[in-house]
Amino acid sequence: MLRDLDFRLAHGGFYFLTGPSGAGKTSLLKLLYLAQRPTRGRIRLFGEELSDAPREALPNFRRRIGVVFQDFRLIRHLSAFDNVAMPLRIAGASDEQVEAPVREMLAWVGLADRASARPPTLSGGEQQRVAIARAVINRPDLLVADEPTGNVDAAMAQRLLHLFSALNRQGTTVVVATHDVGLISATPGAQLIRLEGGSIADPTGTLRNPPRPRGAN
Amino acid sequence: MFDWLFASPSERRLLGEARLRGPTAWVIAIMSFSIMIIGAAGLALANTAGVLTDAIEARYSVEVPGGAGSVEALLGVVRSAPGVTSAEAVPESEMRRTLERWLGPAAQSSDLPVPALVNFDVRPGADLGAIRQRVEQAAPGAIIAAHREAVGPLLRSLRLLQWVAFGLVLLLSAAASAAVVLAARGALDTHRFTIEVMHGIGATDLQVTRLFQRKIAIDAFVGSLAGAAVAGLVLLMLAAGASFAGELTGGATLSAIDLLLLAMLPVTLTALATWVARTAVLAALRKAL
Repeated sequence: MLRDLDFRLAHGGFYFLTGPSGAGKTSLLKLLYLAQRPTRGRIRLFGEELSDAPREALPNFRRRIGVVFQDFRLIRHLSAFDNVAMPLRIAGASDEQVEAPVREMLAWVGLADRASARPPTLSGGEQQRVAIARAVINRPDLLVADEPTGNVDAAMAQRLLHLFSALNRQGTTVVVATHDVGLISATPGAQLIRLEGGSIADPTGTLRNPPRPRGAN
Repeated sequence: MFDWLFASPSERRLLGEARLRGPTAWVIAIMSFSIMIIGAAGLALANTAGVLTDAIEARYSVEVPGGAGSVEALLGVVRSAPGVTSAEAVPESEMRRTLERWLGPAAQSSDLPVPALVNFDVRPGADLGAIRQRVEQAAPGAIIAAHREAVGPLLRSLRLLQWVAFGLVLLLSAAASAAVVLAARGALDTHRFTIEVMHGIGATDLQVTRLFQRKIAIDAFVGSLAGAAVAGLVLLMLAAGASFAGELTGGATLSAIDLLLLAMLPVTLTALATWVARTAVLAALRKAL
């Protein structure tokens, strides 16, 4: 259970969320990607108060958020191509419009030749890459990733980190929940959010009053 | 308005194409068949009642006990009465033949008093009191009876059966709707994960709903068309009997409008199922965040 949270994410910031198992990382991420509402308190996202926003208003905000789930959450009966294309199609793109960007994204994550494969036929690492491609295909304003490198090798983890950094440089705020110390140390400039017992350890107060790195709102 | 009917191939892939695997189409087919047969029966009963009513509404009989011998004189009096449009006497021989069914050969005995009986029709608004007065002057003790009073119980039964058929059609439609609601909920459960993922990446309730709406509309249309087709065959097989009934009552059992109404049943049932599915899916989705 989360309690007494008071923090701000700077627009364009890069954050690692760490903490022991059961500390509430996944719960916090769910609040961020609007899968849950807080039982009390306020959440302000993209300049809008969303804690008690009508549910009809949420889809437009969710389209600005990319999510990489720990368990991938790929649709089993759809091909890798269709899984990656979903955010674009939901946003209204036609089948012709999604073709090029999806092929490009699949090539980027090294799955160009697996476009028609369905998730059950892909390895864990391949499924992870499809999930990441789906999360970033529409260049989200906020990217939330829950243990995104848990099922990929070191080389792919580095490539994913470069992708996240590239998105971050273009203005995407990135929040990555991870236990991977190597990942954190390989990302200079990223800020650490440590959750313990449902609360954020913020001894310096920088999370309550963050600096404004790039293009801050 | 109907863009949801034309899903792209990628939209169709989202839920798979497992059409007709579930029981929805079969349930709708059975409901469609039953509604069509019961609806046709109800319409035929309504028409029969209408034809009977028209036929007897203005018809009366005048009876003079034991006056069979004076039937021609009575016929003349009735024909000349104001407001009478036609009149005909029932021959004594025919009445004795009728009585023979109950009395046997004794019905032919001259000792048996046979009444004089004249059937007549009146024009609308005719003064029955004046007719009655004239008949009683000519034949004291004459009894005038309206046919609608004699056939009234039968007509009331026909009307009641007609309403029972209408009620059954409504009940079956409600049952079909309930089946669609269950099917929609089942489909939602089956595809819960897909829906969660779609919602998570920004799909609106309407985007999710149109997938289910289209799927159930297709199943409902196929089912109701199949049920209606089988019912149509059964009704054709019953046509000979129906035309016999039509001859009995002096009118057609099903009119062109009735047939058109029945032909529209698959479309109506599909529209109902689609609306119910849409409402059920939207209501279920609103319970999620």
